[in-house]
Amino acid sequence: MTERINMLREQSVNAEPSLTIERALIETEFYKKNDGRYSIPVMRAKNFYNLCAKKKIYIGDNELIVGERGPKPKAVPTFPELNCHSVEDFKVLRSREIQHYSISDREIEKYKNEVIPYWKGRTQRDRIFNHVPESWKSLYEAGVFTEFMEQRAPGHTALDGKMYHMGMNDFKAKIAAQLAKLDFLNDPEATDKQDELNAMSISCDALILFGHRHAAEARKQIAKIEKALAGGPAFKVTPFSGETQEDAYRRRIKELQDIAEVCTRVPEEAPRTFREAVQMYWFCHLGTILELNGWDAMNPGHFDQHLAPFYEKEIAAGTLTREQAKEYISCFWIKVNNHPAPPKVGITAKESGTYNDFTNINIGGVKRDGTSGESEVSYILLEVLGELHILQPGCSVHVSEKTSDDLLKAACKVIRLGYGYPSLFNPDTYVKELVRQGKSLEDAREGGCSGCIEVGAFGKEAYLLTGYLNVPKLFELALNNGVDPVTGKQISIATGDSREFRTFEDLYAAFLKQLEYVVLEKIKVNNYIDRMFAEYAPATFLSVLIDDCIAKGKDYYNCGPRYNTNYIQCTGLGTVTDAMSSVKKHVFEEGRYTMDQMLKMLKADFKGYEFDRQWIVNHTPFFGNDDDYADSIAVRVYDDLFKAIEGRPNIKGSCYHMNMLSTTCHIYFGKVLGASADGRHATLPISDGTSPSHGADTHGPTAVVKSLGKLDQSLSGGTLLNQRLIPQILKKEEDLNKLGQLIRAYFGLGGHHIQFNIVDTATLRDAQKHPEQYRDLMVRVAGYSDYFNDLCADYQEEIIARTENTAF
Amino acid sequence: MSEAGYRIFDIKRYSINDGPGIRITFFFKGCPLSCIWCHNPEGISRSQTRMYTASKCIQCGACVHFCPSHALRIVRGHGVVCDSGLCTLCGKCAEVCPTKAVEMAAKAYTAAQVYAEIAKERPFFSASGGGVTFSGGEPLYQGEALPELLDYIGRAAEKDGYRLHRTVDTTLFAKPELVREVAHRCELFLVDIKVMDSEKHRKFCGVPNEVILENVRMVASEGAADYLVRIPLIDGVNSDDGNIEATASFLASLDRLPLYVELLPYHDIGKNKHTRMGTVYNRDNVPMAAPSEKTIGNALGIFKKYGVPAKV
Repeated sequence: MTERINMLREQSVNAEPSLTIERALIETEFYKKNDGRYSIPVMRAKNFYNLCAKKKIYIGDNELIVGERGPKPKAVPTFPELNCHSVEDFKVLRSREIQHYSISDREIEKYKNEVIPYWKGRTQRDRIFNHVPESWKSLYEAGVFTEFMEQRAPGHTALDGKMYHMGMNDFKAKIAAQLAKLDFLNDPEATDKQDELNAMSISCDALILFGHRHAAEARKQIAKIEKALAGGPAFKVTPFSGETQEDAYRRRIKELQDIAEVCTRVPEEAPRTFREAVQMYWFCHLGTILELNGWDAMNPGHFDQHLAPFYEKEIAAGTLTREQAKEYISCFWIKVNNHPAPPKVGITAKESGTYNDFTNINIGGVKRDGTSGESEVSYILLEVLGELHILQPGCSVHVSEKTSDDLLKAACKVIRLGYGYPSLFNPDTYVKELVRQGKSLEDAREGGCSGCIEVGAFGKEAYLLTGYLNVPKLFELALNNGVDPVTGKQISIATGDSREFRTFEDLYAAFLKQLEYVVLEKIKVNNYIDRMFAEYAPATFLSVLIDDCIAKGKDYYNCGPRYNTNYIQCTGLGTVTDAMSSVKKHVFEEGRYTMDQMLKMLKADFKGYEFDRQWIVNHTPFFGNDDDYADSIAVRVYDDLFKAIEGRPNIKGSCYHMNMLSTTCHIYFGKVLGASADGRHATLPISDGTSPSHGADTHGPTAVVKSLGKLDQSLSGGTLLNQRLIPQILKKEEDLNKLGQLIRAYFGLGGHHIQFNIVDTATLRDAQKHPEQYRDLMVRVAGYSDYFNDLCADYQEEIIARTENTAF
Repeated sequence: MSEAGYRIFDIKRYSINDGPGIRITFFFKGCPLSCIWCHNPEGISRSQTRMYTASKCIQCGACVHFCPSHALRIVRGHGVVCDSGLCTLCGKCAEVCPTKAVEMAAKAYTAAQVYAEIAKERPFFSASGGGVTFSGGEPLYQGEALPELLDYIGRAAEKDGYRLHRTVDTTLFAKPELVREVAHRCELFLVDIKVMDSEKHRKFCGVPNEVILENVRMVASEGAADYLVRIPLIDGVNSDDGNIEATASFLASLDRLPLYVELLPYHDIGKNKHTRMGTVYNRDNVPMAAPSEKTIGNALGIFKKYGVPAKV
């Protein structure tokens, strides 16, 4: 790590996340003056232009890649047009224990006087909540599902390679050509298209201006440094070791000249150099997250594939060294880390409480022609990931059959560091998923993961996550005839008194009815929300970057993209499987308990029934052990989730698909769920993604991936598997190979994604306190491996001591 | 084939330290040796062994209530205590235990069941060059039933269209004819050599070692299966220069060197298992300690001197 990177990294890590009201003030003033003067797309574009023209430009000490969404690093703007934070929201956000954002009293006061009065009743959130029916609200409030778009814009996309060949001027030319083709005689939508295309063109101008203002700021700083050199007031340039202040000034003048030159070139014109390419992406990234706060930030997609041609050309020409390339990448990495997620409120804050805004750099994978996408840049990205060790961006390595063992091993080396990064994806499976959904093979290959584990066709698709579905809650509703046992309220349809069910099939049929009812309730409202965004909040800049918005003359939110996908993310497959397995075995097959007894135990949260709870926990086949009894239930539920969701039309000419991620929502969903029949206590987390329930998998990682391999993963838009290992298991060089082989084997079984936690002491301590949640924790003891909880306390202590030595 | 089936006390999947690749390891019950540092003391006895894990016990009393021999009682601070004089190892206590705090170590498997477990792991074999490892206990203590089993699983794999890599982790304390039969039915031996001096071997492991060394010599010269040597390196037992020299010169004198020697620095982890069995680890308090880095380096140096590849 260079001295510069070390310094920038420290600054980024230590910067306190804060809220900035800058964007809200500029926007509110603009709306007050102009509302009603333009069509909505043009209004949005002019608003974006005005933001780019007026926001403070920040170029920090010793930076090479420049640009911030806020006035300084980690300053997060608000988006009052979507969800106008109240005074109370701000007070909660700045005082809550975790994920707090600072904001001063003065700023809150200003917000209260200048922003809130204007937006009250006009926000997207107001529009949505005024519309939703009571039946939806009661499900939403009980935590049966969440709604992504009630306070952030639908986002979730990644970009392709266009911007590396086309500058904003080229996009403008393309837009102009499309405008010239409009058919005002025959096309009833021609006027709307004209508005949208004009708005896109304005958005391109906005980004050009944004770039030029950075060039101007760089020149301004040069002037200040020159004054300082001439004896004027000092200007902050931190010298590197061995440099005098004067050396540093002279070095920085040269660097700022380069910055000015780069920002004059990009984004207006296409990048020519590696550095310009990185800066080009970063400006486009900032444009999309300044325009709106789309879910899961923005994502460069296959960054290594996009940068490789620049890298190779410049290395050959001798105009770039590997170290310089690595430094630019590191600067970019820190830039992403400077951008925490916009803070959420209410239920959405509960289900997604993280600073992480889920930018996910894709490494490796395949190219449009199916060959491996890896290059030297892939290795540089992995090195930067390992060295910087910061929260953002996330990073994933895409391992197809075509991917080399070298890249996989390089990934395993970073995994061994124990940060939980990178995650691993299987293009051979997700290409199948995307093709199954109707994408062309080439577009599918160009796809990958954005955000968490969900995949899409980069640069060509709007794949909107609409919210999480609490699948164990549906089973709870089936057990309780549509009544939420937590509140006693009838929140869903009555599907029969489960005490009168004669077979497991009767119960399962009730579960399916609950599932169908809830999915339809959710979709009804989602379709409405989709229209609200299409009408009121077009993303005119993002539309420039996503095919085929320009060609269609339509917005990203209004069927403009080539592919328009809605996902419902199903959470808790492990928990629902285990709960069903328990009821099936202990109630319907072995008759150990009557349904009435089971319901009583659940209602009591097993209080007074610890013997029975232990019996259930230790004598029920659970998902994740390569046991067909449980796994066949998982497959059945998975297939039925698919049937309930797949193909339901959205209102963009396409349809809904199933996804299987949970992010952190399994914790919130657990909080609103009573005790479950697998022995899980009320309020504890449900299982994450498609992982087994916490501690349910007791047969090691090969059994887990075998269980997961039984799901036809090509039916989903993504599955998620978390595996925890401890450092001892990755101690030797050949252990890395074996981990790689485990990954290859899982992907051979059709796995979509896997990620590893190499656990630290804190986790092991927690494992001692709550052993049953860590039953799968495997430790290398001596000449063999054992489960941590099969060891007595002394040995656990010994392992903990050793772990400290081996952890990074 | 053994009619009662094979007595197996553990099966480990994702076994990555018992041969090449990702393996599934079966631990056979029964061992003619009784090394005082044994990691798996529940594997020594051929018959059933009752294991009790106090940390899992909720002291519900179910086992006490159902024990037909009245061998169990709850003792404050100790959980459930078993009177081994009364216990008939019938296993009723394990059957009724809600938490699996009590478990009977050995479970019987037929050859078909053993293969069924192996077959589950097949997706991991081809990517990694892995396979099955028979460990213990002492797998050769199964006698003729072991080559039968090796044959059976080899043929079953062939029928399923693949070659199964079979490793036997053994002390080689067995009749030479049996060793020879096994050697022709496995691809790799992991051979433990503990102490070169037979008297010491008898003292620490309960049996002399002439048979073992002769069998190593035979395995090396016949060349039917590859072999590598594992040495638990223990201060107070075998880490002294004299013993290491003797081991290295012995290996160097063989017709064929082992693939390599792996030194396993001592660990008193067997204590944990003894606690669960209700027995005492290292009853005679033989002084044993983990070797220092220096001792390990020294040992590696000696092997190098003799041209025997070795690692830790």
